[in-house]
Amino acid sequence: MNRGPSLILRGAVAALPFAVLAATWELVARTGAFPPRLFPTVEQVAATFARLAASGILLHHAGDTLLRLAAGFGMAAILGALLGIAMGRSRQVEDLALPLVSIGAPIPGIAYAPLFLLWFGLGNTGSIVLVAFVSLFPVVLNTWTGVKAVKEIWIRAAQTMGADERRLFRHVILPGALPYIVTGWRLGLAQAWRILVGVEMLAAVQWGLGWLIFGSREFLNTDVMLAGIAAIGAIGLALENLVFEPLERYTVVRWGMMSS
Amino acid sequence: MIEVRDVSLEYDTPQGKVRAVERAGFSARESEFVCLIGPSGCGKTTLLNMIAGFFAPTEGEIRVNGAAVSGQGLDRGIVFQDFAQLFPWRTALGNVAFGLEMKGVAKEERERIAREQLRLVKLEKFADSYPHHLSGGMQQRVAIARALAYNPRVLLMDEPFAALDALTRDEMQRLLAEVWRETKKTVIYVTHNVAEAVYLADRVIVMTPHPGRIRAEVPIRLSRPRDPLSVEFLEHQKELLRHLTQKEEAR
Amino acid sequence: MRALISIALFAVLYEAVARSGWFAPALVPTLPAIAARLYDMLADGSMANHAMNTLYRVFAGLALAAVFGLVLGFLMARYRAVERFFMPLVSAFMPIPSLAWAPIFILWFGLGNVATILIVFYAASFPMLLNTWTGARAVNPLWLRAAGSMGASGPALFWKVVVPGASPFIITGLRLAFQRAWIAVVGAEMLAASDFGLGWVIFDAKEFLNADIMLSSLVMIGAIGFIFERVVFGTLEKTTVLRWGMVRTAKA
Repeated sequence: MNRGPSLILRGAVAALPFAVLAATWELVARTGAFPPRLFPTVEQVAATFARLAASGILLHHAGDTLLRLAAGFGMAAILGALLGIAMGRSRQVEDLALPLVSIGAPIPGIAYAPLFLLWFGLGNTGSIVLVAFVSLFPVVLNTWTGVKAVKEIWIRAAQTMGADERRLFRHVILPGALPYIVTGWRLGLAQAWRILVGVEMLAAVQWGLGWLIFGSREFLNTDVMLAGIAAIGAIGLALENLVFEPLERYTVVRWGMMSS
Repeated sequence: MIEVRDVSLEYDTPQGKVRAVERAGFSARESEFVCLIGPSGCGKTTLLNMIAGFFAPTEGEIRVNGAAVSGQGLDRGIVFQDFAQLFPWRTALGNVAFGLEMKGVAKEERERIAREQLRLVKLEKFADSYPHHLSGGMQQRVAIARALAYNPRVLLMDEPFAALDALTRDEMQRLLAEVWRETKKTVIYVTHNVAEAVYLADRVIVMTPHPGRIRAEVPIRLSRPRDPLSVEFLEHQKELLRHLTQKEEAR
Repeated sequence: MRALISIALFAVLYEAVARSGWFAPALVPTLPAIAARLYDMLADGSMANHAMNTLYRVFAGLALAAVFGLVLGFLMARYRAVERFFMPLVSAFMPIPSLAWAPIFILWFGLGNVATILIVFYAASFPMLLNTWTGARAVNPLWLRAAGSMGASGPALFWKVVVPGASPFIITGLRLAFQRAWIAVVGAEMLAASDFGLGWVIFDAKEFLNADIMLSSLVMIGAIGFIFERVVFGTLEKTTVLRWGMVRTAKA
């Protein structure tokens, strides 16, 4: 077996672009083209990040954001899947719900933010409801598609072998639609994350990454902002890699229903 | 016209070096129709690709019309087996005119020549159709017209009719024979179909695999148009089959 | 049509809630009130003004994203080194929502068009870049070989084979970029615009609890988005990839 370049070399190659980016940033920061408050050096940002992380402040903000995400997305994931399944199985439900879902889906979620904040108040309630509402659409649409995609022949085969409605659902429809449901969750989570950060800026919550960044504007704390953005990016990446990839790998990829 | 001298191709795989072609040598005269025949893995397509200039041989050299081959060129037209070789975003006419466009021929002239080529392959009525509206056989005809339009001296064909049904294939072979008679190109034609080789070629070069080598050269001395059911035709087929299935002599 | 029945049912339900008196009329305006407000705003030209501002910002951001995405996408597909350099950066920045950059952009460029357009640019760049890159790599090698043997090289090969060959993906990229841009502009306007704009007007209406203005704008946002999706992109697809039989969709 050919030996590839060593791990160290590969790590260095991967880090190169970031090193170049950091170097460029540092150069601009030091030329003084912008006031230092607005354009902190890389060390300042790193130091601030360390400070916020160590003191637990960053954790507090991140934690609140994640809680809202879990609450909002959690509701959407379950309700959306249920609605999608109902739409897929029942023509009447589909006729009723599909037009509404299709109209609501293309409207940018954040457009509803002020309205929801008006109706449900600033703070947690408004944010969570909005997140739930916005991430509902991809979940519903993908689940519905998935249920309808469950091959008729699988259903017929199962029915011939004596499966009743409940067992048909559990053993045929659910696993059959699973790739689509998971895709819907994945898209819904991405939507939820994107909108949560934005709505936290509007909703005047006390703690939250979006608020951390937005609030820093008052005191021109660009270093705090960048630290917050880094945290947001890291969590976004983690959500993708630590939550969805394993989920897909252990179910649908293993069953050959989706390529990795 | 075409000279292949002592050509070998070797490449690396995780399992070690593989010699796809081993010291192949042959030549083709002007306006001659030469077939390369052999089972899969015998290197015939690789050899054709080297003549086309898509990659260079590890050893040996290839000359076309006296000049050494280095890369692709407008002197060698090529027709692949895959229908997808046509550009889907251009009509049949647009496809056929491509080479002329590259040569810098003016629009009116290009289109005139392109239409003539389409007439040659009996598709003049479909000049403005997009490839995805044409059948497989028709697409291959457009591909042939495209490769001929800019008047290359050599036509290289890599199993162009292998993906067609038997009836269409027979039709296409007859058409190709006609086109060749009219245009008098030097043709190198790769196939694994023995009957096809006997029908089309002046000379058939038999290759065997592992490593790819030239086993024999068999001239086909039949007058055209050829009758696939005649005794002489079948004799030639048998002779080729003998060469193809003969056990490797001890070296 | 069954769809209309469903919408009608929903409308009736909403109207019932609005008239029930459970909520203040300003918060949950009746449908006629919303319609009246929408009509007023259209008639006096204010809605058109907002829409124009929003569209300007969307297209400015989208144009920048298209140029950036196309250039970098093709470079990444053509040169391995470029791909290897930029891919980690793209992967690192992609999970950051465009609105997260709003406070920084506001700090650096102040409220107004620059910050707003930059946010739109950021959001639209990723789909454009990724789809162009994927599309360029997906160009059938057979076309490149055939074109090469017909004398095409360099610019001719690029413009006459690679670009049309990659067009299904590029168009999908453009479509996704527009969707992202449309979403981003609304949020960006709420945070970074100083005046005018469909997003801005929704945010501004909150001050005075004008839910009817909010809903009117929502209708406009939905309508414009829909028109672009169907009419503009539908037509674009019909005259290119559909006509050529090259329909292929890339990942969202």
